[in-house]
Amino acid sequence: MTPVPSPAVMGSHPRHLLDFQDWTPERLNAMLDNADTMLQVLDRPVKKVPALQGLTVCNAFFENSTRTRTSFELAARRMSADVLTFAAGASSVSKGESLRDTMEVLTSYKVDAYIVRHHAAGAAHLVARYSGKPVINAGDGRRAHPTQALLDAYTVRQEYGSLDGKTVAIIGDIRHSRVARSNAELLPKLGARVVLCGPAPLLPAGLGALPGVTLTSDPRAAVRGAHAVMALRLQRERMSGGFLGGLQEYADTYQVNESLMQQAESGAVVLHPGPMNRDLEISGDTADGPRSRILKQVENGQAIRMSVLYHLLVGRN
Amino acid sequence: MITITNIKRVGSDETESVTIENGLIKGWNLPADQQDGGQVIDGQGGTVAPALIELHAHLREPGQTEKEDLASGLAAAAAGGYGTVVSMPNTSPVVDDPATVRSLIEKAGGLGFARLRPAAALTKGQQGEELAELTYLKEAGAAMFTDDGRTNENARTLRLGLETAASLGMVVSVHAEDATLRADGVMNEGPVSEALGLPGNPASAEAARVARDIEIVAGLHAQGIEARLHIQHLSTARALDLVRTAKAQGLPVTCEVCPHHLTLTDEALRSFDAIFKVAPPLRTQADADHLLQGLKDGSVDCLATDHAPHTRAEKERDLLDAPSGIAYIELAFPLMYTRFGETLGLERILDLMTAAPARVMGWPPPTLDAGQKADLVVLDLSTERPVDPAAFRSKAKFTPWAGESLKGWPLLTVVDGRVAYQR
Repeated sequence: MTPVPSPAVMGSHPRHLLDFQDWTPERLNAMLDNADTMLQVLDRPVKKVPALQGLTVCNAFFENSTRTRTSFELAARRMSADVLTFAAGASSVSKGESLRDTMEVLTSYKVDAYIVRHHAAGAAHLVARYSGKPVINAGDGRRAHPTQALLDAYTVRQEYGSLDGKTVAIIGDIRHSRVARSNAELLPKLGARVVLCGPAPLLPAGLGALPGVTLTSDPRAAVRGAHAVMALRLQRERMSGGFLGGLQEYADTYQVNESLMQQAESGAVVLHPGPMNRDLEISGDTADGPRSRILKQVENGQAIRMSVLYHLLVGRN
Repeated sequence: MITITNIKRVGSDETESVTIENGLIKGWNLPADQQDGGQVIDGQGGTVAPALIELHAHLREPGQTEKEDLASGLAAAAAGGYGTVVSMPNTSPVVDDPATVRSLIEKAGGLGFARLRPAAALTKGQQGEELAELTYLKEAGAAMFTDDGRTNENARTLRLGLETAASLGMVVSVHAEDATLRADGVMNEGPVSEALGLPGNPASAEAARVARDIEIVAGLHAQGIEARLHIQHLSTARALDLVRTAKAQGLPVTCEVCPHHLTLTDEALRSFDAIFKVAPPLRTQADADHLLQGLKDGSVDCLATDHAPHTRAEKERDLLDAPSGIAYIELAFPLMYTRFGETLGLERILDLMTAAPARVMGWPPPTLDAGQKADLVVLDLSTERPVDPAAFRSKAKFTPWAGESLKGWPLLTVVDGRVAYQR
């Protein structure tokens, strides 16, 4: 077999958004710039543009996620695409149909692009291979969640005008987080430094090999000099996995709260990809406080997803 | 009677012929009147060697014949130049009773491909808790005992199995991985697994288990019990170092290495193609280099492929869901010869695939002398051909090496004096 080209490499413009491997800083910045326009569209009384008219976008969600699916669905509709929603839980997949067979069925519906969420890392790559259509990865296992990272980058950029020379600290369960991995891949490409922080068992040493990324288990060291601090959701099942001694111990050590934020840059903002466990990984005060950009992230997510759809389906022609 | 003409022995430029009668090698370069009435096969200038011996193949019969069966697996083996195959017992049901061992041997014997020497389970149902009836299994023809496919988590049961096997003069082979350290790992743990967000299986899972098992053997050795432990598909540098030390101490420990662990690394998983998912996983280049060094210096005893076929649909699943295994018994020799013919040399590669596995098992060394069993292979060492999975005899018609140009393809395989494969 051909030695592992990422299927995203197709000509000069990446055909898919599976991760950021084949994306240049120029392309990424263009996508972020374009989100400004999309935000303006969202401020209009009629929040719709005809860019994707006549195209059918399939939301293929092999793993449930109401928030991300809704955000993508709305983004596609606002671009005038037809949206087909495929939810694996209620489909043939639960009857044992393979990913490949499912994709062949969906392809025969003449879908133009796929938005894929799956519990297994690499599944979006397989969909790209099996469907032959543009694929946007909406989260594949622990691997990647590129539109989340783009909206995080965009939110930080709104504050500082640029990511160049900025430091973003990400605190929590790094091991199981596709959000952390995607940000660690994206932000250094845009000139930022990423500090990943969490309890040692949830902070894989292997990630330290990524360019522009440093690891620490000390949250105070992590946020020192940070321009943005992101708290990650802590899945309660990590307790039974033996990764943690206790939730209170975790909160006392790693919670993003006002006391921890004292160590950060004075204007530092707080991010969270949601859904939050209030007062576990982030204090309620901080989540609702003046540093918080958590709701802004959700709003920006719309614009980013519109921009991504535009770039992959229209902008490349 | 068969006479194979136009062949060369390893290390010789002389064109010779060999005549086979009643399953035995009758003689070399016999005068024409002693070949009368027999079939003549042109060896096309190929190099003749004893047929290869495979200590580790999953033939999936009984119960998983959608993946492979005796006919397809043993035909594939013969096409790969193998005359003898030890099949693993992790079938459905598990090969843990004498009747199944007998029926497999009987069925395979009628096929006319490679010879089957089934391994039997060490424990009932390969559950790792209660020993199987090892005495009866040996009588039925079991070649070795192993719970491969599973790991022997209960160290005491393994110890008791090693003692029993030792009393029977049998080898116990182990899939040496600590299941708790391996956890949900689907590839080698390291920077690649972390970048890909795939659960990692650390090298320590293998090394820790090898260390434990060597200590069991050492404990028995100290009491004068020579329990022969064979470590399957060794994949890490650290585990090999442990085996080296054990050998230096005179312990009866042997190990095999698989060509896929020599030729592929965890970087291949960047494709997210489950064709590269295998247990133990593809490791780093440093591990592969270390294993190659072990083949050179003799600390690795033999090569084995761990031929592990699955259906295409199974291997097209995502990496968490797809089963582990690579099936390539048909191209193992060409792969080794093409990649390592210069580093290891033809004679060493052939030794690692013929006499060496026989030594591990305590079988007589295979030779091509008159009067010996006629198990031989004729190899074409010069013609390069691309790997063509569609032409595989195995049911698993896909491979990581598809399209790769290899040389050393078998032209002819003879087993028990009968043609088992002819190109």
